[in-house]
Amino acid sequence: MTELLFFIEVVVAGLLAGTMYSLVALGFVLIYKASSTFNFAQGAMVFFAVLSFVGFMELGVPFVLAFFLTILLMALVGFATERLVLKPLMNQSEDTLLMATIGLGFVLEGLAQAAWGVEVRRLDLGIGDFPIQWIIDATGLFISALDLTAGLVAAVLITGLALVFKYTKIGLGLRAVADDPGAASSIGIPLGSIMLMVWTAAGIVALVAGMMWGARAGVQFALVDLALKALPVLIIGGFSSIPGAIIGGLIIGATEKVLEVYLGPFFGGAIEGWAPFVLAIFFLLWRPEGLFGEKIIRRV
Amino acid sequence: MKSSPVLMSYTRDDLKNLLILMAVGFIAIPLLVQTDYWYTSILIPWLCLSLAAVGQQIVMGYAGQLALGAAGFMAAGAFALFNLELRLPSLGFPINLMLSGLVAAAFGILFGLPSLRVRGIYLMVATLASQFFIIWMIDKFGWFKNYDSSGIITAQDIVIFGKEFITPLEMYVVVLVVVTILTILAINMTRGSTGRNWMAVRDMDIAAESMGISLLKTKLQAFAISAFFCGVAGALFAFTYLKSMEPVAFDIKLSFRILFMVILGGLGTIKGAFIGAAFILLFPVVLNTLGNEIFHGTIDATIISSIELVVFGVLIIVFMIYEPLGMAKLWDNITSRFRARKKQASPLTGSQKNA
Amino acid sequence: MDAEKQTDDTALARNFPIGEPVLEVKNISLSFGGVKAITDISFDVLEHEIRAIIGPNGAGKSSLLNCINGIYKPQGGSIAFKGRVLDKISPNMVSQIGISRTFQNLALFKRMSVLDNVLVGRKLHMSSGFLSVALQLPGAVKEERENREKCEEIVEFLEISDIRDTPVGKLPYGLQKKVELGRALATEAEVLLLDEPMAGMNVEEKREMCRFILKVNDELGTTIVLIEHDMGVVMDISDNVVVLDYGKVIGDGPPEEVRTNQEVIDAYLGVAHD
Repeated sequence: MTELLFFIEVVVAGLLAGTMYSLVALGFVLIYKASSTFNFAQGAMVFFAVLSFVGFMELGVPFVLAFFLTILLMALVGFATERLVLKPLMNQSEDTLLMATIGLGFVLEGLAQAAWGVEVRRLDLGIGDFPIQWIIDATGLFISALDLTAGLVAAVLITGLALVFKYTKIGLGLRAVADDPGAASSIGIPLGSIMLMVWTAAGIVALVAGMMWGARAGVQFALVDLALKALPVLIIGGFSSIPGAIIGGLIIGATEKVLEVYLGPFFGGAIEGWAPFVLAIFFLLWRPEGLFGEKIIRRV
Repeated sequence: MKSSPVLMSYTRDDLKNLLILMAVGFIAIPLLVQTDYWYTSILIPWLCLSLAAVGQQIVMGYAGQLALGAAGFMAAGAFALFNLELRLPSLGFPINLMLSGLVAAAFGILFGLPSLRVRGIYLMVATLASQFFIIWMIDKFGWFKNYDSSGIITAQDIVIFGKEFITPLEMYVVVLVVVTILTILAINMTRGSTGRNWMAVRDMDIAAESMGISLLKTKLQAFAISAFFCGVAGALFAFTYLKSMEPVAFDIKLSFRILFMVILGGLGTIKGAFIGAAFILLFPVVLNTLGNEIFHGTIDATIISSIELVVFGVLIIVFMIYEPLGMAKLWDNITSRFRARKKQASPLTGSQKNA
Repeated sequence: MDAEKQTDDTALARNFPIGEPVLEVKNISLSFGGVKAITDISFDVLEHEIRAIIGPNGAGKSSLLNCINGIYKPQGGSIAFKGRVLDKISPNMVSQIGISRTFQNLALFKRMSVLDNVLVGRKLHMSSGFLSVALQLPGAVKEERENREKCEEIVEFLEISDIRDTPVGKLPYGLQKKVELGRALATEAEVLLLDEPMAGMNVEEKREMCRFILKVNDELGTTIVLIEHDMGVVMDISDNVVVLDYGKVIGDGPPEEVRTNQEVIDAYLGVAHD
């Protein structure tokens, strides 16, 4: 019985951590849907956003204002990226765009570092990383309050975005733009403002993801590497699917925790570092377009 | 029109360039450069990283496979050489060096397998697996590090046919010999049928297949050879530059640096690998020196390292937009303009050549 | 009767008289997610002939070529080469047995030079491994030199020697078409599948291309299957014509016979449908 309870605990902790991956992956998906660009800089955006947020707070800006200032900043970053990087590269190959966004990632990391320094910042959201008493009482499960909050916030954010993109005009416009930017703008869909909105949404997602990660592990450079874990999530879920990002994140989160806890000890631990990537390879061999991605048919 | 080859597939110009470069590397530098700093901190790491960049160039610039894990293969080579020297010292350094390249090549084939199904970013993620897995494996299994409690190993001295190579100059010569040989082999491959097959797969895989090129064989071959080059480069890097090391020295950041070398240097040229490596290696050095000279240490090291990141990032974007073929292409443009001017200066030889 | 006589006449003048069927397409059907591209197509290509495939846009001509070449996998039917039914058709395998091709929308190696593109066509004639290439062993050097010479000949034959070192991506369309023909020729395949080799060319360029195709057919005896829109060209150079419409064969025979076929006329004038 306790073994089963322990297993459930591991899975739940994994799922909750997985929502973090989902959040980062969601940022990738948003940009990919809008501009068919794989934005490798999303990880750097997470770091850039949360570091700016903490930086603003250190300057004495109140929490809520700092939050909105950061979002404004992220919108600006998005706008600049769209204008200075993506637009000049419009008809280039996917690989070229990808490399340009790798460059963008380094620019963002450098800027964040130059503006706010390198020391690890603590981010106190007022939620402790300790088990919640009433859940222990009710079920006997040890579940961290921070994990649970992060999971809930991620769930709300993802649901909200999914609804917006499914049921509003913005979502419809976005889908049109993703399908064929030229045709979309010729029938009067405001390309510019749609793009700006998508980048802002990606910025918000990046900030929230950064805050959750930061609250647990401190705001630091390592966030960029952590964000790399969103890549296998995308492979599993597919690059253009919001539900894919969520489920992919949950699968990666749960699997890596279970593997780490049950298999890790036999190999000296820390297999979480590569297990998601190896899992992604198996998915690639089995279903290259991802669980929810569209099947790619190559024409000659 | 190109001149015809005089020796194997080399033209007179090729041979001339090769001889000049070898004269500079083997004679001029040892005679002129006396400070150890230049060997230990610039020339040796530059040559090692250039070799790794040649490896990255083969798989990415020539075969068009977006791989991101050069440092993993370098680690495989480095720790393979350490263990071979430790356990089979009788084979001698040259053989062991080659074997460590082969160990890396085996990993290259294994982690190149996904390239048969996927491309682009998908492949990049799959190759990241190799990066993380190899480093983790070396880190977690004490055997690879001879159960050293600190997790740091010290490279053995280089001994070739009974002669020790210990001073910076001696080590430089060892590195230069290996890099020269392997670079010539790489050039031969890229100019011959092997390289044409890679490039055909890169440019249009379906047409390549229709010409009888096996995608399976060609891609895996590129991965294996690329990893071999990275492995040897890693082994040299460890034995002549780092000297004592832990697996973390070969983390993802090094892979990114090598990726940048080939992107900035210019995809699809061997020359680009060397130019790119020089730039990525020297730029921070120059920046630091400038920072110290001009601001006398008042400028924070953090700022300098951030400038480095921003400049690399901006350069990549700028090159992608304006010159996707990188610095090597810029270099070619400059030299051809220079040549054109020289031609103008002496119209007689110019018209004779045209005639 | 008339047509038979015609064939006999030309056969007398030919270096390589038209022979037995070399490529037999039997009941090929192909669909993409329920949409039928090709339905039950059958025809034979005779050895040493020039065979044209014509038909309105979307008739399934390129899809048919892609089936023969192994890029698309037909759901039904079979393809036989020299009497042997091919199974597990892949582009690689098809090239190995001696069928080469060009592509409708050009599939050149854009960053490689003209000569290098043609040299890739020699792939099956070059067997040196990467090690002997790397070490420049005598065998590899000799092989490279011989094949280079061969390709220089092809490049000269096609009259594109002056651009042999230019990356093909930088060439105008008409020249790229020529390079692609050169690459296909370099394979020395017995059968060449040419997908609209003259698309986008002016009259002068077309005439030149026709000359090359006839010359290849005449001097090397290469069997040629080509897709072409220009009826004038088709009537001029082909020995036999297959007409496709809506994925079906509606005519098969010598040009003058096909020209008078009512169904073909209807398809081209758009009488029956649209």
